Amino acid sequence: MICEQCKELEARVHLTQIVENAVTHVHLCERCAAERGIETATPEPKHPLGDFLQAVQQQAAQLPGDAARCAYCGTSLRDFRASGRLGCAHCYGAFEQSLRELLRRVHGSTKHQGWQYETRDPDMLSREQRLHDLKSRLQKAVTEEAFESAAALRDEIRGLE
Amino acid sequence: MSLDLSLVPDGGLHWLTASGDHSGIVLSSRIRLARNVAGFAFPTRAREGERLRVLHQLRDAAARVPSLRAAAFIRVDECSSQERLLLHERHLVSRELAGLDQPQGMAAGAGAIIVTGDAGLMVNEEDHLRLQVFRSGFDIPGALREAERIDRELGTELPFAWHHEFGFLTACPTNTGTGMRASVLIHLPGLVLTQEIGKVLQGLQHMGLTYRGLYGEGSDVLGNFFQISNQTTLGRGEEELADQLVRVVRRVIEREEEARRVLLRDAGYIIEDKLWRAYGTLRHARNLPADEAMNLLSGVRLAAGLHLISGLSVYTLNKLLIFSQSAHLAHAEGRTLTEGEANLARAKYVRTVLANEARLPG
Repeated sequence: MICEQCKELEARVHLTQIVENAVTHVHLCERCAAERGIETATPEPKHPLGDFLQAVQQQAAQLPGDAARCAYCGTSLRDFRASGRLGCAHCYGAFEQSLRELLRRVHGSTKHQGWQYETRDPDMLSREQRLHDLKSRLQKAVTEEAFESAAALRDEIRGLE
Repeated sequence: MSLDLSLVPDGGLHWLTASGDHSGIVLSSRIRLARNVAGFAFPTRAREGERLRVLHQLRDAAARVPSLRAAAFIRVDECSSQERLLLHERHLVSRELAGLDQPQGMAAGAGAIIVTGDAGLMVNEEDHLRLQVFRSGFDIPGALREAERIDRELGTELPFAWHHEFGFLTACPTNTGTGMRASVLIHLPGLVLTQEIGKVLQGLQHMGLTYRGLYGEGSDVLGNFFQISNQTTLGRGEEELADQLVRVVRRVIEREEEARRVLLRDAGYIIEDKLWRAYGTLRHARNLPADEAMNLLSGVRLAAGLHLISGLSVYTLNKLLIFSQSAHLAHAEGRTLTEGEANLARAKYVRTVLANEARLPG
């Protein structure tokens, strides 16, 4: 059956309406039904990733404090916007400002409330975390053209690595 | 490499046994945790050498973990496309890890799985590690306990990417925090037939849940099978997110049961006729396309749930759902099948299973 309104697409929405004591049957395609504000039985699944990518797109400008690229893996905010995927754990430090805003929009929170993580070898992790912090600070120093502190940070990172 | 699924305990199919709660309606419960190994770029950004390093580290760590000691290790990137489809049909790997959308084949180290009993690790999918625990029927708490145990054991062997504020770090920020997706695979023909399903699905979205088709993200809703899962992963703990899912799914089960009662009361003979026709087609058809088989099996499953057809176990119906798919049929025949050949093989397989199972009333 063809849609009564556009006479092009297959009618998939079949309505029985009562208008002024007369029963009428309306047969519409999904697009025309949507146009008239009629809800079809099964809503389109809401894709969390779709909403999320939309939120990413809207986050147009790089926020102050964000690096242009992640120093560890080279991912830029532009790459992230295109793919919706971060390149590595360090990206969370490099784009912290944008990501904090994004996480708030997607999850309604930025603070993890679940299981806490401890490794058997605490040195290994604190070193990781420390490197991570140092690299974020290095990026910030480079962006701000504070080359002296950048050099000191770079040496400290080399020492740890 | 030839895929030998006999190495996998239970063939990775223990969750089909229909042994858990509400197993007539809920096929399976699943907990998935996303983790990354600190110090390596995430898989899509990583170089081949990095992915292989992660793969070897995870394999070695799994060998030291008590709950994974009996696990089988399968290099998905070295499997043929047919074998990868087989693993996917069995819900052991996602579409992405199986590389089903990459006609040019898979990059080295792009994927592996480590499977034991109801638990599996997918390696180098979107994240370095995707731990999945399945349970038959409605048993989210059981799956969560098992997932927590394996996660803790693995986490002492490997440094996970972790942030003091954001929690576990994942490639996609939609998984950041707990990295947890709790889901149930649920059969809702009553709600579909009574046209209540739209309201129920919309309700889910207000409760912080989302839904997909039988094979996860991007898959169609076929045969009235839905996957319902939590939508957010950050800001609430694992147990709280899981509890919320359990509470809402319990309500959905009640509404499905209610819809089935209404159907029998108001349209008893129409439903009975429709379902017996579905059974008749499955029992006698000579040519059975996959989508049609799925929809007919959905009807027969409902008939068994309503006690209209006796002598058919939910376990058999669960098995039919998986083993009547193309790669499983090809695996059983020992050769690749064209779509036309698969439709014939499917009809024959379904006929045989139902004939063996049948102890029908007149």
